[in-house]
Amino acid sequence: MGVDNFPPMLVLRRRSRPGEWLIQGFLLLCALLSILTTLGIVVVLGRESWLFFGDEAVTLSEFLTSTTWQPAIGHFGVWPLLNATLMTTTIAMLVAIPLGLGVAIYLSEYAAPHVHDFLKPTLEVLAGIPTVVYGYFALTFMTPLLQNLFGRETVEIYNTASAGLVMGIMILPLIASLSEDALRAVPRSLREAAYALGATPLETSTQVVLPAALSGISAAIILGISRAIGETMIVSIAAGAGPSFTLNPFEAAETMTGHIARISGGDLSYNTIDYNSIFALGMTLFIFTFSLNLISRIIVERFREVYE
Amino acid sequence: MSFDPERSNFAPTLRSRRTWARIGRWLFIAATVVALAALMMMLYNVATSTVGLVAVEYEREPSTLVEQPLEEVSKEELVALLQANISAGLFRRLEHDQPFATRSRETVYDLVIEHVVAETIVRSWPLDKSLVDRAAIEAEIAADYPTARVRFHAWLQPQFLTRSMSSNPEQAGVRTALLGSLWMVLITMLLAFPIGVGSAIYLEEYASDTLLNSILQSNINNLAGIPSIIYGMLGLAIFVRTLEPYTSGAAFGVLDGNGRTILSASLTMALLILPIIIVSAQEAIRAVPQSIRLASYGLGATRWQTTWYQVLPVAMPGILTGTILAMSRAIGETAPLIVVGASTFIVSDPTGPFSKFTVLPIQIYQWTSRPQAEFRHLAATAIVVLLVLLLTLNATAVLVRQRLGRLP
Repeated sequence: MGVDNFPPMLVLRRRSRPGEWLIQGFLLLCALLSILTTLGIVVVLGRESWLFFGDEAVTLSEFLTSTTWQPAIGHFGVWPLLNATLMTTTIAMLVAIPLGLGVAIYLSEYAAPHVHDFLKPTLEVLAGIPTVVYGYFALTFMTPLLQNLFGRETVEIYNTASAGLVMGIMILPLIASLSEDALRAVPRSLREAAYALGATPLETSTQVVLPAALSGISAAIILGISRAIGETMIVSIAAGAGPSFTLNPFEAAETMTGHIARISGGDLSYNTIDYNSIFALGMTLFIFTFSLNLISRIIVERFREVYE
Repeated sequence: MSFDPERSNFAPTLRSRRTWARIGRWLFIAATVVALAALMMMLYNVATSTVGLVAVEYEREPSTLVEQPLEEVSKEELVALLQANISAGLFRRLEHDQPFATRSRETVYDLVIEHVVAETIVRSWPLDKSLVDRAAIEAEIAADYPTARVRFHAWLQPQFLTRSMSSNPEQAGVRTALLGSLWMVLITMLLAFPIGVGSAIYLEEYASDTLLNSILQSNINNLAGIPSIIYGMLGLAIFVRTLEPYTSGAAFGVLDGNGRTILSASLTMALLILPIIIVSAQEAIRAVPQSIRLASYGLGATRWQTTWYQVLPVAMPGILTGTILAMSRAIGETAPLIVVGASTFIVSDPTGPFSKFTVLPIQIYQWTSRPQAEFRHLAATAIVVLLVLLLTLNATAVLVRQRLGRLP
């Protein structure tokens, strides 16, 4: 057997394979679609907002400073809507942060393994319940409860307190689950060192483990805030339909998302100031949530404590 | 240095530190209990509204129409009853809608209840109140509505799934919404699954660490955090408005209606769940051991052959699990579909991509928004249907992961 018996057909040169290139091209197109989506969102929101601010009835300074939003008489000040959004978000976070962190610390530091293995998936399933169900809960349970507690005269049927409280319950599983992941990632050696120095379980979890997981927890909280700002169904069902500038949580007030949903839910005609105005609100919403998500990612990347 | 007993001896502080440790522990347990209680309260609040007492008034007492109970009357007798008691015009119209010969007994019975007996629910109560306060409720009704009768009514019953939308709460069901949801999810998944898995394959198997790819990756992470209502606005501007000739079906010869169709909704929803599918498929593909790829390359397979015959089969359970979870997200989303323009009241079933539509969550939203208590019961019942659907999907995802997920 010599070299001559080697099959003459075998050429060890790279063969061109058009099929492979075609497939790679298709896959790249798939991946590029997500960039197109982002571009689409920016272009659509930008173009319609541009048309909105181009209208003579609207000025950017009025949009940013005025406290009246009454499209019928040409007043477009974002503050009533933004204020309601901030109020529901604040109330939601007042519920979700302490409870969510409490659940996270309990699950990661105190709970027995079988309790943890039962509660964690339960929380994740609950986090998947559609928000319209939470909206139903706010209107049929939380609002009557608040009315019974504080009196029917003080608490209106539609109010930001009820929407905010239920939104807090909705965001709680998200914050608890993400924070628990962050707490679990803290190495065991830190806890053991704290116990060896005589620290109590409370001191260990709040003064050693919690600070070590702070970047992950802050990211979870910021994600929760971003979710609360963008949440639509709870506020459209329970917070009220009609922009009003009020700081009373028991009064009705419409949030940005609620306004977008109500206006676009009716018979909306294109190229009207109403149609364009919801895109300006969408732009505001997009800027808020985008910045929050960005901050959350930066916190995770920059300030993460890497052990080992 | 002076001697400080407080500092050198930790015993005096030990007691309070231990007390605080106990308090802290109970606080964390309390937080967990409160959180779970709130969530359980929500499920209880829904469940208790699906059955309960109702007070009904009749225009014609059923006992004055026939001797035996109306539930036992045959279909032919019911038709005769209907013919005898409603105007000839209405009877002709009903016959024209669908001949009585082809109607089921169930629907004829509904018609008798609706047009002859003309039963109307004047009040309704949730189950917990019905059981605890029955006497008080009956006394109240006897005072307020002397002719009304109090009886139990199950809002959640099999017919709820097969009845279409109606302005009469007792006749209303979720068939139209359920079919709308199924159509929407079907088209959404047909679009999003191949594109999502394709993107994941590109990012994991083909992309080298260049600028473009890191942009792609961080862009996908950003998309996952954008509020769903903004996807709805994108869908409104692009699919409903700009691409109206295609999404309304006008370009394909369907000439009724506008761009607010199932197709527009599905396209919007596909964009919304794309990041979820991509990220979970990426994780599944990343978990495939490198040795499998190297062995395949070693045998002379090309990159696509390796991906298609080796990587994808191993990654498939993970990909399917993520896809099913994305699907349940699509079924539960409401806000973007409001913006895209789900119909508020339709009785005709969707027949294809170019139909007007409503979906389960939209139906729940509309029933919840009505002031009458009866519609709240319908909303609660529809929520049960939705949650059962989602729970089934989640259970399937878990099963898929357990049965197929034997990763090497």
